[in-house]
Amino acid sequence: MKTLLRKYGVWVAAAILFAVLPAVFTSNFALTLLCKMGVLIIFAIAYNMLLGQGGMLSFGHAIYFGMAGYCSIHLLNGMAEGMPYFPVSLFPLFGALVGLVMGIAIGYVSTRRAGTTFAMISLGFGEMVTAMTLIFVTFFNGEDGIQADRWVGPEPFGITYGPQIEVYYLIAIWCFLAMIAMYAITKTPFGRMSNAVRDNPERAEFVGYNTQRVRWLAFSLSAMFAGAAGSLHAINYEHIGFESVSAIQSGAVLFMVFIGGAGHFLGPIIGTVLLVFLDSTLADYTEAWLLYLGLVFVAIIMFAPGGLAGLIVMHEPMWKTDVRLLRKLFVPYLLALGSSLILLIGAIGIIEMIYFITIIAVGRVDMHLFSIPIKVNEVTPWLVCTALIAVGVQGCRLSYPKVAESWNDAMIAVKARIAG
Amino acid sequence: MDILIFSLFNGILYGMLLFMLSSGLTLIFGMMGVLNFAHASFFMLGAYFAYQISKFVGFWPALIIAPVVVGVIGAIVERYGLRRVHKFGHVAELLFTFGLAYVIEEAVQMIWGKVPVSYHIPEVMNFTLFSLYGLEYSAYRVFMLLVAVSMFVALFFLLTRTRVGLIIQGALTYPNIVASLGHNVPLVFMMVFGLGCALAGLAGVLAGNILGTEPGMAIQLGPIVFVVIVIGGLGSLNGALVASLFIGIMQTTAVSYDVSMNGFLNVIGVQVDFDSAWRMLVDLTVAQISPILPYLLLTLMLIVRPRGLFGVRDV
Repeated sequence: MKTLLRKYGVWVAAAILFAVLPAVFTSNFALTLLCKMGVLIIFAIAYNMLLGQGGMLSFGHAIYFGMAGYCSIHLLNGMAEGMPYFPVSLFPLFGALVGLVMGIAIGYVSTRRAGTTFAMISLGFGEMVTAMTLIFVTFFNGEDGIQADRWVGPEPFGITYGPQIEVYYLIAIWCFLAMIAMYAITKTPFGRMSNAVRDNPERAEFVGYNTQRVRWLAFSLSAMFAGAAGSLHAINYEHIGFESVSAIQSGAVLFMVFIGGAGHFLGPIIGTVLLVFLDSTLADYTEAWLLYLGLVFVAIIMFAPGGLAGLIVMHEPMWKTDVRLLRKLFVPYLLALGSSLILLIGAIGIIEMIYFITIIAVGRVDMHLFSIPIKVNEVTPWLVCTALIAVGVQGCRLSYPKVAESWNDAMIAVKARIAG
Repeated sequence: MDILIFSLFNGILYGMLLFMLSSGLTLIFGMMGVLNFAHASFFMLGAYFAYQISKFVGFWPALIIAPVVVGVIGAIVERYGLRRVHKFGHVAELLFTFGLAYVIEEAVQMIWGKVPVSYHIPEVMNFTLFSLYGLEYSAYRVFMLLVAVSMFVALFFLLTRTRVGLIIQGALTYPNIVASLGHNVPLVFMMVFGLGCALAGLAGVLAGNILGTEPGMAIQLGPIVFVVIVIGGLGSLNGALVASLFIGIMQTTAVSYDVSMNGFLNVIGVQVDFDSAWRMLVDLTVAQISPILPYLLLTLMLIVRPRGLFGVRDV
C-alpha cells in the first residue's frame, strides 16, 4: 500500500487538484485561464517530447496543433449541417488522429537528421502552412479564421458544453490522461532510446537502432498529442485563426517549454502555468511585457539552460539526503536574489520610462514608477535607476560565485554522506 | 515582354538586397555552424540607426556610421552572448539567436514605436535616371545595385586574395587546425560575426527607405534569407549570390503572372469543369502561390540535397 501510494500518489494528487481547482478559483477570468492552461500543458509536454526527450528543436510545431484545430472546427460545422454525429467529448481523439497522420507524413521527410537541419525544415514547413492559410481560403478562411458552435447534436448525460465549466472538465480529463500517457512513454524502452538518440546518435546506431526511425516515431507521437491539444483549443474558443498554426504559436510553446525547463517532465507544466498566468495579468500592467519575456528567455539560455525545473532539480540530491544541507545555501541565495532584485528594479525602471516617453504618453512627463510619482524629463529618476543597475551588477558579480561555491560544498557533503 | 524586363530588373534589385543579407549569414554559418536567427534583426537595426543618424547629419554619413555601429553590436553579442552559449551546443546557439531576434524586435518597438518611421530616400538621389518601356527607375535604385555589386567584389577579393581571407577560409573548414597554427580563432569568429552583422546593417541602411522601416521588417525578410543560404549552399559566397538572384527573380516574376493550373490545362486541351470546394486548387494562379514557393524550395533542398547548390558539406 505504501509503495503504491508513493508510486501513484503524485497522480492522485494531480487528479484531485484538477477536480477542485474551479471550486477554489471561482471567477470567470480564472476559469478561462485554467482552460487555456490545460490545453497548452498538453501542447507543451508534447513539444517537450521533441525538444527535451528527443533533442529536436522545432520552429513549426504549431502546424499539428493548428491543423487539428481547423479540422475539429470543420467537423463541428459539418455536424451542424447534417454530417454523422461524433461525440464532442471524444474530439481530442479526432484531433490526435489528424496530428498523427500529418506527423507521420512530415516527420518522414524531416527526421533524417537532427540539429540545425531539422530545425530549418520545421521552419520551412511552418512558414509554408502559414502562407497557405491566406491562400486556401475555403479551408482556412484567411485572417478571420472560422467559427463553430460546440453545442451540437445529442446531449449524452446532459452534457451540452454550453457552460464553460463543462469545457473545463473536458479539458481537465483529457489533460490528465495525456499527461499520464506522455509520462508513461518516457519510461518505455522507446522513451529511453529517444534520449539515447538525442545524446549520441552514432552510438545508438552502432547498438543497432535506426536513429531515423526513433526520431520519426517520437515526432509522430509528439504531433499526435499536439493535435489532441489543438482540438481542445478549438472547442474551448469555438474559433480557430491563422495565428494558431503560425510562428506565433510555435514560438509561444518554445518559450513555455524552455523557460519551464526542457530537461524535466515537470518543466513544460511549470512554464505553461507561469507564462499563461503572467501573460494575462502582467500584460495589463506593462506595455513592455513581451520585452521582459524575451529577456528572461535569453537569460535562461545563457545562465540556466535547464530552465526553472532544472534549477529546482539541482537541489534534489540535497533534500533527498538531508534537508539540513539546504540551510547552508540560504544566506548566499538570499544575497544573490537581493542583488538580482536591485538590478531588475533599475532595469525595469529604465525600460518603463522609455516606454512611457515613446509609446504611452508622448509629450507628457508625469508618470508613476513602482507607484512613486516621478517626472520623466528630470535627471533624478534616470540617475537612480542607473545607480541601481550598477549596484545590482556589482552585487551579482560578488554573490553568484558564492552561490556556486556553497552549492558545490553541499554536493560534496551529499557525496560524502552517500559514500560513508 | 515589358513585364518580363520589368520584373527581371526588380528581381535583380531584390536579389542583390537578399545577397547583402545572406552573404554575412552564410559566412557566419559556414564558419561557426550558427544559424543566426537575428540576422534580419541586424538588418532592421541598420535601417533604424540610419533613420536616426540621418536626422542629425544626413544620409551619407549614416551610410557609413550605421553599419559600423551595427557591426560593433554584433561583435559584442558574439563575445558576451554567443560564446557563452557555445558550450551548450548548436541547438542552444540557435535558441539564443531566436531569443535575441525577439528581444531586438521588442526593443525597436520600445524606442521607435510600433508604426513605421519616415525614413526617406536622399533628395539628391530622388530623380529618374532612365525609363524603360515606360517604367521609370530612380537613381537611388541603381545606386543600391552598385553598392551591392561592389560589396560582392570587395568581399570576394577579401576572402580569396588577402591573408585575412585565407585565415577565414581555413577556419571555415578546419577551425582546430587553424587554431593550433597559432591564430586566435575566437577572435576571427567575433570579427566575422561583426562583419556579417555590419553587412546586414548596410543592407538595412540601403533598403529601409524603399521597403519601409517598421518593426515587422525583420520577420518578413528573415525566413527568406534562410532559404537563400540553404539553396546556395552554406558557407559559399558564390552560392549565396546565385541563390539570391534566383529567389529574387522568382519572387518578383511569380507575382506578376496570372497563370493558373486551369489555364495551363486549357492550353493542352483538358477541360476541367466541376464545381466543388476543390475547384480552387486548379484555379490558383502562380501569383497566389508565390509566397509558398521559397519555403517549398527550402524543404525540398534540405530533404534532397542538404549541402545546397554550391556547398561542400551538409548542414
